[in-house]
Amino acid sequence: MDNELAALGILFTEFYYWLTVVLMFFIHIGFCMYEVGVSRHKNHMHTLMKNTMLIPLVTITFFFFGWWIYFAFPNGPGFIGGLESAPWATPWSELMGPHMGGAPVTDTLTAEDTAGWARINGVFWAAFLLFSWTAASIVSGAVIERIKSTAFWLLAVGIGSVWWIIDASWGWHSAGWMVQKLGYHDAYASGVIHAIAGGYALGILFVLGPRIGKFAPDGTPRNIHPRNPWLVAIGLFLIYTGFWGFYVACNIPMWDIQAGDGVFFSATNIYLAPTTLSAITVNFLMSLSGGLLMGYIVSKGDAFWTYSSGLAGIIAASAGNDLYHPMQALFIAAAGVIFMYKTHYWVERKFKIDDAVGAVAVHGYAGWFGVVIAGFFLWGYPSSPDTSFATVTPWGQFIGAMIMFWVLGFIPGWVTAKILHAFGMLRIPKEVELAGLDCGANAARYADELGIINAERAAIGGAAGSD
Amino acid sequence: MSTGNFENWAGTITDIGPIYPFVGSEVFMFILGLVFWIWWHVVQTKRESKTYEEEVKRFGDADALTKIINGETPEDV
Repeated sequence: MDNELAALGILFTEFYYWLTVVLMFFIHIGFCMYEVGVSRHKNHMHTLMKNTMLIPLVTITFFFFGWWIYFAFPNGPGFIGGLESAPWATPWSELMGPHMGGAPVTDTLTAEDTAGWARINGVFWAAFLLFSWTAASIVSGAVIERIKSTAFWLLAVGIGSVWWIIDASWGWHSAGWMVQKLGYHDAYASGVIHAIAGGYALGILFVLGPRIGKFAPDGTPRNIHPRNPWLVAIGLFLIYTGFWGFYVACNIPMWDIQAGDGVFFSATNIYLAPTTLSAITVNFLMSLSGGLLMGYIVSKGDAFWTYSSGLAGIIAASAGNDLYHPMQALFIAAAGVIFMYKTHYWVERKFKIDDAVGAVAVHGYAGWFGVVIAGFFLWGYPSSPDTSFATVTPWGQFIGAMIMFWVLGFIPGWVTAKILHAFGMLRIPKEVELAGLDCGANAARYADELGIINAERAAIGGAAGSD
Repeated sequence: MSTGNFENWAGTITDIGPIYPFVGSEVFMFILGLVFWIWWHVVQTKRESKTYEEEVKRFGDADALTKIINGETPEDV
């Protein structure tokens, strides 16, 4: 940073990503409120802690190996090359700690590495980490009120620090093999975060089973209504708020996009292809609106589904929201909501799947739809500024959507859940489910309160006696 | 004497690399971190299993569960 212009660019980028992290924190607050609002009173504290503790667990494991995976796996490895070297992303790298960008101490790094990564590595890592929390938190909602914390937290590490970051390396890295060979385009993570997390949750749900009472003896599903609709509404509003941070974190704020001679700075998407903050801001709002409007219609004004459809609308348009016209974003969002709503109830009836908060629907089905539909709308678009990469096609996007939802989502979720189930670690005992996951804590709390009340009664008696 | 790689900010800033203390101990710290992470899961898993065992004993019979489902507070059970 030996001149003011270079310093401005680097420090602006550092601050930009820091801000996205703060905004994305709202997603997690929203998820916690949402889940607690949906859960029944007897399970509130367990539900809250289950979601909260994924934060530190995914954080430390993303530090240990998640960040390195992103940079090391763009070739598969084994599909189009081997492991990539990423010495700035290993947990023992000096660049994972405070660094002034001067000469490296370790041999594995170059002066170029330290100069380039010293001020970006931490905030970039944190932005990706917040995506990781989101992926794990999506899964959390689907499995409430009957999963063991032990199981969920291991599953959260799996999706948050392993599976989603592999898919990011494949399809959300400027040199990922899916981008190169399939022309995969998923600018705001319809598939990369949402479809995979939805698929992972569905895989777990197949093994975990429904909550007691969810299905009548003849298989008819029963609604287990949200305990606190106000908490759910505020939670979803906060998720919308945090989604702004999510969107801008998927961009690179300043990049020279001019090929050949000359210089032209623009924001880019994650593939280093041009877009503008203005474009994604309008499209975010239009897809939110398309989702809300259609959600209200298909759910006949049900508040829970209308709010969720706003989110599903954004997710359905996210793959191409760097390039869509706002009206396209609106209609794609609306269509995505119809798809996810109908699919949710079909899967629920057909396979007896109890997706407690509609997470598989909102994230999984809408995300899958978003990736696929982008293949038609963006057919023939360049997937990257690198002209040797494949262009966007419907079949490339379809294969990409299947990889996200099924290969990296459903299968790892199902296999891990099967292993946990085999060891008796997946589902809580039936008696605890009936009594409520907070039964022990509630009993202790009532006993404490009773002790206080009895002491107060005794104090009244003492006071009366002294008069 | 400094636990870091530098003792003042007076030199050329671009010569300064990592500014945290004990540079060179990163692999050791990583191993400690892994142990801490695994230890946490082991402790948590044991505690959760024990908690459920106790709760099944305390609340698991049909009478107790019926009372809870009927809305009686757990300490009444």
